[in-house]
Amino acid sequence: MMELVLTVTAVVLSLAAAGAIVRIARGPSLLDRVLAADVLLAILGAALCIDMAVNRHLNNLMLLVAVSIIGFIGSVTVARFVADRREHLNES
Amino acid sequence: MNPDANVVDTVIDAVSAVFMIVGAVMSLAAAIGLLRFPDLMSRMHAATKPQVLGLFLLLAAVGLQLRTWWVWPVLLLAWIFQLLTVPVSAHMVGRAGYRTKHLHRELLSTDELEAVVLKAAEAAKAPASDGGRSPAAE
Repeated sequence: MMELVLTVTAVVLSLAAAGAIVRIARGPSLLDRVLAADVLLAILGAALCIDMAVNRHLNNLMLLVAVSIIGFIGSVTVARFVADRREHLNES
Repeated sequence: MNPDANVVDTVIDAVSAVFMIVGAVMSLAAAIGLLRFPDLMSRMHAATKPQVLGLFLLLAAVGLQLRTWWVWPVLLLAWIFQLLTVPVSAHMVGRAGYRTKHLHRELLSTDELEAVVLKAAEAAKAPASDGGRSPAAE
């Protein structure tokens, strides 16, 4: 059963990561890209969790705690210095 | 005794499998929301699903699969730090998005911040009209 769960979650998380990467590449503004990068980090954490749960080890646990503690610094820093450089407002 | 233990084992495996699949589907929902929603605010709404509920379900799946008690406080620590830090980044991104007008006003049902912003602008304008800058100008 665990092999089936691993396959299903791998496919689902790959699709989710592809969607987030498409939004990073295409996102009309900097804040959209930052938000999609946050989602990509959450997907990475989900993949680490599933690896630990399926293979029954704890090698990634400290990495997961560290990601959840300092993962927000990047988006806070970028959001602090964002500026509006578009021609037309309300387009996003 | 032994068949009971096997049944409990199977039930725990099934529950953690359901948790893992639902947690992964949360990530997929966030990606679909990022791709399909029209502006930054609604994309932020979609992006919080894997960060809180998805992480909770997956950490619970890890705890159920390992079947030890000492791992639960560490998992709880990871989740609580996620709960503390995700609102900070969401607040900063939302504030920057509002100030740089990354939103569709026609999609808002209410805008409670607009009155506060107007009041603050009035308060900032009042001392300036009294010549608040005149010492610097002279």
